[in-house]
Amino acid sequence: MSLWVDMYRPRALDDLHYHQGLSARLKSLAASGDFPHMLFYGPSGAGKKTRITCTLRQLFGPGVEKLKIDQRVFLSPSKRKIEVNIVQSNFHIEITPSEAGNYDRVVIQELLKEIAQTQQVDLNAKQRFKVVIINEADSLSRDAQAALRRTMEKYMSNMRIILCANSTSRLIAPIKSRCLLMRVAAPDNTEMQTVLTHVSRRAGFDLPPDAAQEIIQDSGGNLRKAILVLEALKMQSPDLSGPLTIAKPDWETYCQKVANLIVTEQTPARVMEIRTKFYELLSHCIPPTVILKTVAEAVVSQVDETLKAEIMHWAAFYEVRMRIGSKKIYHLEAWVVKVMSLYKQSFYQFDISEFE
Amino acid sequence: MAFFQTKSAVSKSTHKHVVDPALQPWVEKYRPKTIDDVSAQEHTVAVLRKTLTSTNLPHMLFYGPPGTGKTSTILALSRQLFGPDNFRNRVLELNASDERGISIVREKIKSFARQTPRAQAVASDGKEYPCPPYKIIILDEADSMTQDAQGALRRIMETYARITRFCLVCNYVTRWHSFRVLPLSVTAFNRIIEPLASRCSKFRFTPLDSASSTSRLTYIAHAERIQVDAAVIDALISTSSGDLRRAITYLQSASRLSSSTTPPTPITPADIQEIAGVVPDPVVQDFALVLGIDIGSMIVDEPERTNSFAPIQRKVKALMREGYSASQLITQLHDLIVLHPTLNAREKSKCALVLAEADKALCDGADEELWILEVALRVHKAVST
Repeated sequence: MSLWVDMYRPRALDDLHYHQGLSARLKSLAASGDFPHMLFYGPSGAGKKTRITCTLRQLFGPGVEKLKIDQRVFLSPSKRKIEVNIVQSNFHIEITPSEAGNYDRVVIQELLKEIAQTQQVDLNAKQRFKVVIINEADSLSRDAQAALRRTMEKYMSNMRIILCANSTSRLIAPIKSRCLLMRVAAPDNTEMQTVLTHVSRRAGFDLPPDAAQEIIQDSGGNLRKAILVLEALKMQSPDLSGPLTIAKPDWETYCQKVANLIVTEQTPARVMEIRTKFYELLSHCIPPTVILKTVAEAVVSQVDETLKAEIMHWAAFYEVRMRIGSKKIYHLEAWVVKVMSLYKQSFYQFDISEFE
Repeated sequence: MAFFQTKSAVSKSTHKHVVDPALQPWVEKYRPKTIDDVSAQEHTVAVLRKTLTSTNLPHMLFYGPPGTGKTSTILALSRQLFGPDNFRNRVLELNASDERGISIVREKIKSFARQTPRAQAVASDGKEYPCPPYKIIILDEADSMTQDAQGALRRIMETYARITRFCLVCNYVTRWHSFRVLPLSVTAFNRIIEPLASRCSKFRFTPLDSASSTSRLTYIAHAERIQVDAAVIDALISTSSGDLRRAITYLQSASRLSSSTTPPTPITPADIQEIAGVVPDPVVQDFALVLGIDIGSMIVDEPERTNSFAPIQRKVKALMREGYSASQLITQLHDLIVLHPTLNAREKSKCALVLAEADKALCDGADEELWILEVALRVHKAVST
């Protein structure tokens, strides 16, 4: 049995619940026979991937759903082996080049050329081209993106590329200019409500509006999260009535705890305590940026108005340093110490002004 | 084997394997056939035209921003020199999609460079081509070659200069601002090394002026029989900022979208903006209003200084949910602030400082939401004091 997210995922463009304009565009593009390279971008859980698979189905028919998973080995110029997982059907192939880390360029060069230089042999295929889906395109290295440039123009007759990314900021301009940009915004609250009601009806129960509202508030525009939460809640209390407690992920409560620690006491001893907590989070593979953002937001909600802007400023400042530097914990700690000193300063100044 | 690959690589760049012209990107379809077709680069074209008559060619280095016709020029020039039949065995085109490490320079490039040019084949289309006794190696996107590979080229360029000419094509001789540099990329800052640059005569390609872009775009629109009015052309030029390839691609995408609906709808400037990923003006203005920038609307409510944080944070979160690109948002906010009629110079400078820092941070791969929030808060502070 699969999760509801997968089970009730729309499979054709007509089944999609929101962004009707986008669906209509995709449909007419797929029908026109003149299908361009595309770049889907938007926040996670907005439905980029669903739209891509629906478009593929529209292009090639149900054959695209027969998937097989392969593992391919590539050789880097220095003869190092790089293993990459590939999901493919007869008509398309899906890769996540960021799996190969720094060697993503090799994967792009070899795989794309191989696909580009072979023509579609299946005479019954609806289209003469194959589609390559590149996931997490915004984490492609600059070299890999450069390698895509000419390939996208030269082999247009045999291959179309669909890029899937969270943001276009990190893609180089030449790639963006070769693609048709498709922005997939997160659904708004009423749209989410429709989808959740639809899912619950398909699963065979009625969703109380209060519960739906609560789930929507919690998910923050991430539909995948919303549906997962819905399923979890349904497992907890089958009738979905009464006060619902949406269980927060462990790491989120942990981050909240860290924020409380910062606000309640500002001493070196406390920094040491927080340090162990940070290590704990990092060792559970929570991305440092996420930690910093969550803790910062939690701290900001508890402090005085005048401090909020400062705290976010330093969060942004140390976040960049964290990216450039190599040891994440230093920068997390530096931020904590900074916030503590700011807090203490403002606290005492406030006190003094009171006494005067 | 290397030789075989050479040939196959070249044959793709000519029209050896037949592509249905309807499916071709217009950028390829309307690539200039002769150097006289190249838009706007009068100086370069004038120099190169001389080489056609004298049939003597130096090593060349073409540089300039993307979409200004560097690759088109060298391809058109070599086609005019050799004609379609000799083109295949006289020209080797390598770009960033080919492996170009040091081993390729040593094997593929060297073996091609040392061949004596083959005898001139009789042109099948009955035209006369100068067909000078040398070959051309085009290294496209040469700034993505490694330092080592470039070093290995140095001597090759000199030794075989009699029978082989090189043409290097790159964006900037020093390149810092054309590309967003990603962290972790090992060869982030390589560029054309000085010894190579000094062996070549340099040709600078300038961004296209709007007159020549307009004429080219109208020509293509006419050839494709699509209706575009002046406003659309203006939108294309303003969104592409001198990059003709981008403008042509946008035009093609727009025409695809408009013709795929039934009945076909005319292209509007708003379509172009959507395709180009530009954030709609009302969204930017709304954002600016939250930041306390007066955008000339009638309602001027003094935002409460004390609790401005929450509305700004909410606005930023909403923007991120819409999926707009942070760098695009910053660019447009920058335009709005710099051209703002009532902000004074001091406030503008403060904002500029913030925006510059944010751009750098985003280039370094920083988190978008944090930095948009940072920009928002600091701009707010700058304009409200």
